[in-house]
Amino acid sequence: MKAVEPAIAEGTALEAVPSARGNPVIQVLRERRSALLGFFIVAFFIVLAIVGPSLAPYSWTVPSGPVYAPPSAQHLLGTDGSGVDVLSEMMYGGRTSLIVGFAAALVAMIVGGGIGLTAGYTGGGTDVGLMRLTDYFLVIPDLVLMIVIATVFGPSLSHVILVIGLLLWTTTARIVRSQVKSIRERVYVRRARSLGASHRRIVFQHILPQVAPLLIATTVLTIAYAIFDESALAFLGVGVPGVSWGTMLEHAFERTAMTEGAWWAFVPPGLAIGLVVVGCYLMGQAIEDALNPRLRVAHLSIHSWRVRPAGRVVAPAEEPGG
Amino acid sequence: MHRADYVIKRVFFALMTVFVAVTINFLLFRALPGSAVANFSRAPHASPELKATLTHEFGLDQPLWKQYVLYLNQLVFHGNMGVSFADNQPVTGELAGKLGNTIGMVTVGTVLAIVIGVITGFVSAWRRSGAVDAVSTNTAIVFYALPTQFIGMMLIFLFAKYLPTAGMRNEVNNFFSGGNTWSSITDVASHMLLPALTLALTLFGEYTLVVRSSMLETLGEDYVLTARAKGLPQRRIVISHALRNAMLPIATLVALSLGFIVAGAILVEIVFSWPGIGQAVYEAVATRDYPMLQGAFLILTLSVVFFNFIADLIYFKLDPRITE
Repeated sequence: MKAVEPAIAEGTALEAVPSARGNPVIQVLRERRSALLGFFIVAFFIVLAIVGPSLAPYSWTVPSGPVYAPPSAQHLLGTDGSGVDVLSEMMYGGRTSLIVGFAAALVAMIVGGGIGLTAGYTGGGTDVGLMRLTDYFLVIPDLVLMIVIATVFGPSLSHVILVIGLLLWTTTARIVRSQVKSIRERVYVRRARSLGASHRRIVFQHILPQVAPLLIATTVLTIAYAIFDESALAFLGVGVPGVSWGTMLEHAFERTAMTEGAWWAFVPPGLAIGLVVVGCYLMGQAIEDALNPRLRVAHLSIHSWRVRPAGRVVAPAEEPGG
Repeated sequence: MHRADYVIKRVFFALMTVFVAVTINFLLFRALPGSAVANFSRAPHASPELKATLTHEFGLDQPLWKQYVLYLNQLVFHGNMGVSFADNQPVTGELAGKLGNTIGMVTVGTVLAIVIGVITGFVSAWRRSGAVDAVSTNTAIVFYALPTQFIGMMLIFLFAKYLPTAGMRNEVNNFFSGGNTWSSITDVASHMLLPALTLALTLFGEYTLVVRSSMLETLGEDYVLTARAKGLPQRRIVISHALRNAMLPIATLVALSLGFIVAGAILVEIVFSWPGIGQAVYEAVATRDYPMLQGAFLILTLSVVFFNFIADLIYFKLDPRITE
């Protein structure tokens, strides 16, 4: 795997800066091989999630063989602890995991983007208030709060999506806010304002298009955290009802697949989650790098550290010049 | 801004965060529609006397705002978080022992992760763009991307024959206060090895990446060029000039992540039945033991706030420009 360009390569930083014309996201994908790799991984799983369930050789709920049958011609990935075909479960479970990942990331994008845009554009008291709120949310251990909320409200697809999305918006909000603050003071925005453009026009015509690529990069990374969080919630038994990669891991654990030697019951879902996360990470990181070479400097980047629920890192509450 | 002002501001922020967390905790379990199940006196199998005591202590027959005042009062002045639905024991006492177990395992795991991360990140940066760098960076990313519970399950699959994968469950809650005989130490160590290793494997990836990019940054600084111009040996330049300065962001990173590691260790504890806070959360979820869940959430939030506060102070100490 050819991943992660050396962060120091000064020349590439300049090359990768998007030109004024053309969609920068597409340009990044064209220029960086790691981004392309990430794109293909994610695209593969999206296609699998769409067509997979109709291609699945067996039912993903009804047993179709003996318990923990090893991989064979009939069951390419063997069967799980209740005799269900693992390949079919993988194909169907991917749909659930990706739906949760994308939908939760979308929720986080809307909430975080909205709060960041409002705070950055309005400034003053609103800005201070919203950023204080964001600071509090950053400090609360989100995995634990997710577990608590999911337990209190009961597990369902929409609950899981909302719980994850409503706790992952903080980074997006902070990044968007600082970007909006600097764009707001640019000459063309000031000119538009002095020409009498309405707030709505300035925000949607002049600021949002500039923030959009960064927002997309952040959201792509958020998908990775959301899929992680889904599998964690599933592992605690408060995830989405039905089959997902997370529940497959949980079932394998509950039925002691590890000590039974049935690696095929937990390696496929574990690796699939890992692959999607790597894919999102490579893509998001490349877009972010290309858009803002300054973020390559380690301590300025918020994202490169923040992937997994265990050991999730937040930026210092008071960033200089943030 | 003055130094003292900064510290006061951070203390104030930490206290406010604790207050917000306590309030969220109260509201989540008591005020949200449909979640009235959390009423402390509904503990199954509780004697009428216990129910009466709880109702009185927490004012469960009073209006909501009064319950809130009483909840704060009990929490702050008596450390009282109610009784567990599961065994009618006070939540605070049970969680204190479990917190000790969690912190022990997390400390070992984090130290291991730092050692692996710093070494691999350092070697990557030193031999950048070479084969060693590619292997080390890509390994870091792979471990970074795998779910914690999956890494734990893989370790059980690989090492179940040689090492205990569970079994601390029935031990004395807080083994640190237990007997210090050699056998109990080796017992604890052998039980702790796999969970701590799992935690280390899930964490070291981010340390590797951060150490590497931080090293690359300092290697490009003028003072490194100066050191080279002075004719210092390569080893000295890399270790005393580049690595030393690269450690600054790493120290902050570690402190910042500590609180979240304590919270994130939930998955590790479940996989290995480690009797810590995470295991308590898991059991509380399974048995709908709301007071326990509420207490664990509060303790985990407090630990994040505490470590964040420490990180703020370290950050300030290392980089006083932050107050400007």
